[in-house]
Amino acid sequence: MNTTTLLGALLPAVPLVAGLVGLLLPPSPRGAATEQDTARRVAIGLGVAGAAGALALAVALLFVLNGPAEASTTWIDIGGLTVTLGVRLDGAAALVAVAVAAVALAVQVYSTGYLKRGPHDDVDVDHRYPPYAAQISLFTAAMLLVVVSGDLILLLVGWEVMGLCSYLLIAHDRRLPEAPAAAMKAFLVTRVGDVGFLLGIALLGVSAGSFRIADVLAHDHGAGTLTAACLLLLAGVAGKSAQFPLHTWLPDAMAGPTPISALIHAATMVAAGVYAVTRLFPLFAATPVALAVLGVMASVTLLLGALAATAQDDIKRVLAWSTVSQIGYMTGALAVGSPPAALFHLLTHAAFKALLFLAAGAVIHTVGSTLMSRMGGLRHAMPVTFWCTVVGLGALAGVPPLSGFWSKEGVLAAAEGAALHGDGPAPAWVGWLVWLAALVGVAVTAWYATRLLLRTFFGATRTPLAHPHDPPAVLRWPVLALAVPAALLGLAGFPGWFSTQLRRTRWVDPEAWSDLMPLGGLIHLTPTVLLPLALLLVGAALAWAGWRRDAEADPAAALGPLRPVFARAFRLDDVQHALVVRPTTALGQAARAGDERVVDGAVLGTGRAARALGGGLGALHRAALPRAAAAVLAGALLIGLAAALIGGAA
Amino acid sequence: MTFGEFLLVAVLALPVLGALAVAATPRDRAARVVGTVAAALTLVAAVALVAGRGMGWVAYGATPPAVRPWHAVDLPWVPGLDLRFHLGVDGISWPLVVLTALLTLLCCGYSLWRVPAGGSGRALVALLLVVEVGILGTFLALDLVLFFLFFEVILLPMYAIIVGWGGDGADPAAVDARRRAGRKFALYTLFGSVLLLVGVYVVVAAAGTADIVALTGGAGLSRGTQLAAFTLLAVAFAVKSPLWPLHSWLPDAHTQAPTVGSVLLAGVLLKMGTYGLVRVAVGVAPEGARWAAPVLGVLAVAAILVGSLICLAQTELKRLIAYSSVGHMGFVLLGVATLTATGIQAALIGNVAHGIITGLLFFLAGAIKDRTHTGVLSELSGLRETAPRLSGLLAFAAVASLGLPGLAGFWGEAFAVVAAVEVGGALWLTLAVLAALGGALTAAYLLRLLRRVTHGRPTPAVAGLRPGLAGAELVAWVPLVLLALAVGLAPTLVLGVAEAPVEALVGVLR
Repeated sequence: MNTTTLLGALLPAVPLVAGLVGLLLPPSPRGAATEQDTARRVAIGLGVAGAAGALALAVALLFVLNGPAEASTTWIDIGGLTVTLGVRLDGAAALVAVAVAAVALAVQVYSTGYLKRGPHDDVDVDHRYPPYAAQISLFTAAMLLVVVSGDLILLLVGWEVMGLCSYLLIAHDRRLPEAPAAAMKAFLVTRVGDVGFLLGIALLGVSAGSFRIADVLAHDHGAGTLTAACLLLLAGVAGKSAQFPLHTWLPDAMAGPTPISALIHAATMVAAGVYAVTRLFPLFAATPVALAVLGVMASVTLLLGALAATAQDDIKRVLAWSTVSQIGYMTGALAVGSPPAALFHLLTHAAFKALLFLAAGAVIHTVGSTLMSRMGGLRHAMPVTFWCTVVGLGALAGVPPLSGFWSKEGVLAAAEGAALHGDGPAPAWVGWLVWLAALVGVAVTAWYATRLLLRTFFGATRTPLAHPHDPPAVLRWPVLALAVPAALLGLAGFPGWFSTQLRRTRWVDPEAWSDLMPLGGLIHLTPTVLLPLALLLVGAALAWAGWRRDAEADPAAALGPLRPVFARAFRLDDVQHALVVRPTTALGQAARAGDERVVDGAVLGTGRAARALGGGLGALHRAALPRAAAAVLAGALLIGLAAALIGGAA
Repeated sequence: MTFGEFLLVAVLALPVLGALAVAATPRDRAARVVGTVAAALTLVAAVALVAGRGMGWVAYGATPPAVRPWHAVDLPWVPGLDLRFHLGVDGISWPLVVLTALLTLLCCGYSLWRVPAGGSGRALVALLLVVEVGILGTFLALDLVLFFLFFEVILLPMYAIIVGWGGDGADPAAVDARRRAGRKFALYTLFGSVLLLVGVYVVVAAAGTADIVALTGGAGLSRGTQLAAFTLLAVAFAVKSPLWPLHSWLPDAHTQAPTVGSVLLAGVLLKMGTYGLVRVAVGVAPEGARWAAPVLGVLAVAAILVGSLICLAQTELKRLIAYSSVGHMGFVLLGVATLTATGIQAALIGNVAHGIITGLLFFLAGAIKDRTHTGVLSELSGLRETAPRLSGLLAFAAVASLGLPGLAGFWGEAFAVVAAVEVGGALWLTLAVLAALGGALTAAYLLRLLRRVTHGRPTPAVAGLRPGLAGAELVAWVPLVLLALAVGLAPTLVLGVAEAPVEALVGVLR
């Protein structure tokens, strides 16, 4: 194990230790306030140190890494199937690790100010900060484990621990009655996807005789196995990355505290699915069926999320649906065979979505509500938040030269290449599908981003507030820090120092897909770039025109009868409820009734029958003397007869 | 007598002597201390068994036997009937021996602090030690008749524990309920034992020996005998394990038993069934096992699905955990049914993990019921508001139970699925898919449990709780928490010793 792999191994270990130690702190204040303060301070220290340590390690890794590195040791050998403990590092892993650790650090710092007893809080509000910070650390550790893991089982460990942490953190706010249900939904929906993920891993591992990613990629799998495994893996990816039809948990997950939303949406959880596909991309590239399914899934998700975002009133739900839609861009890029474009968009999205959530948190913090119908006119009172949101929304919609423009352009170019020139492993129709969906998505995204900006920051204020104000420094600095990459990260896509650094991290095999940047950088400035720009202008102009006509009305009113349909995201929640939840519950009731009446009934019936039989026989033996004497004589006669017959026969 | 043989005898003799000493000690508390010390010494001896392994066996003959105990004691016992007192320990039995000794120690230690209403603590501890003797003997016996005897030793003391200390309250209905549960447990498992006895004598009569070492691998039994023997033995062990649909004694017994009784029942008693299946049924009648494997697999998956679905509709805390055992043991039985090295190793680690995690769950359920005096889920809510630590531990145990990767429960369940995939073919792939879906259902009912018990506003029953935990509770629970983590992170703890014996066993299956 050399320095590089040691750094990789330490990457998840540092926040893990911080998290585990943090869980041992007293969860809630007991007795004197001083004790709480100590526990809270220690928790803050541990959380921030864990995230900062991880960030330092990730940055160090990015600079030390001068080629793909791998190290592993056998974890356990179960009946000839090898499970290893190991890291597998390349440029993509290091960059994603930096993004994860940076967002985690921002969230840890931001949370110290966000989860603090405010002046208008109830006296008995107890934020239980120590377990909260520890769970964020665990969450970070789990995501970093997914990032560096060199073994599918080890990856699964991080994958599922992340599900658990999201469950715990979404349910954290004890004042929200909907939080426990949302948390449970998040864990369960992703867990249903993980059924497929586990089976896919099992197929690959059994086929290769090892769960090490390098072995799995090197093995020559049968075509049937590979297709089945990739499709099964996609189920898990859909669950984690909130892709149709397993996307339903993500909007509900807004019940979690806002910093947690930033963490889940930007760097962890939803990014994991996309990242896992890039890790195993050679397998997917060899199965056009899986890519086609992924492309359909991505296109549906992309449009579904964008349309659902248009009609939400809750600012966090707009952002949540926009995440669903943006992840659709990433999976779309994967479907047309361009993991670099997907990862580039993943990184820029991590920056601008974290920024948007933290800025929205600042707004919610000051307004005391998440509903945009109660905001408005905050532009002058909250200039820092306003400008940061402008940067974030601009990046989200793809306004040049902000980061999102370049990365989205990369996705569009890849889809266009697949559609028009048949580039990449996917069939051309998948390219067309993704390209058209992505283009429509650009216009819709511009529309709802403009609406969000206008409804929140422009016009007259809708709640007569005493003092809307920019947040305190501890909330402001993470937001400002995130605004830098949200604005500028896209420029890194130009060929130059950044991509030269990354070019050196090519795997030895020139066919390998783990490289983040193609030789020429990721920026494609061709005439077709005008197409999304035009669509962007159309979308933004439509929203602006609607607002111009009536500044008080919600531009979403223009959606007409579609508005409630979009607001409820095509009622897929109801579909899920009717098709999965209710039948399962009914089946449970039936199983219980059947078990108690039939299975146990048979046992009890046997017991009762035995007793009844015994009672009957007993009653027969309780006879009066004459009958008993007659029975004895009859018995003697029978035995004698039998003896005589058998004796005679012999 | 070598040190290993001495330890082997000590593991059985210590709890026997301990039980006698407890019975002879007049003062209640002193007696409980004596019992706990005896249980602690047993644990030390059980752990020490691992020392000097590999020196115990000698490869004799061209084909070494499939069972190669690290240490063995083989003494004539009733020469007239050709009964031998033959004990031995190997990598398959040792983890279970240690688990048994550990859980008994924790139960005895817990009884130092709290004795459930109904009887004297002295008698309870003595009975726990007798149960321990039976379980340990079952895991150590290498003679079929001896195995059967130890298998039966447990029945009456466990019945006494359920009836004497179980239930909640002294009102006639509660007394009646626990009597009925105890009776059902005793009669149902007795029914299994009758089949076991017949099965044992089918084998012994056909092979002319009761030595498990000699018998493993079929030992010249005809196909017909093997099928008959496997059917009898498998049904007998299926009652104990329990395998759906022979499980209905379990929910009542587990629900009515006192906390320590439930812990031992779920933690190790059920393992006698799965251990017997691996060591005796599969080992002695491999051809029968191959013949019956698909049926066993289908029933195991049915157990997983039905058990999980029933849990989804359960309304009582302990009953829910009891039914969860049906599902979890379904994974273990699925692993055995695949008859592959992967599957059997998954079954072994699944056994140990279930013992650790369900033991912990029953301890916690007992603590919740002791504090709130109710186990009805609708009367429990908001535990995390008033008792955050207890609620945190419950969440940990539930998460471990749903098979979170990185904790003990994961390996057994995931690799039972992997083993089914490994066998391949339409049937086993279907079973793998259904078992994996069962994993999602497991998550569903455990999360439902957590949501009901820990989240929300506190109910009146929960509102008055004090946040702290007693020292004795921590002492009893922390080892289980640490083990759930340790086995999850380092499965080698259990499987490292089991690799060679499982390979040997699978070798005779081919």
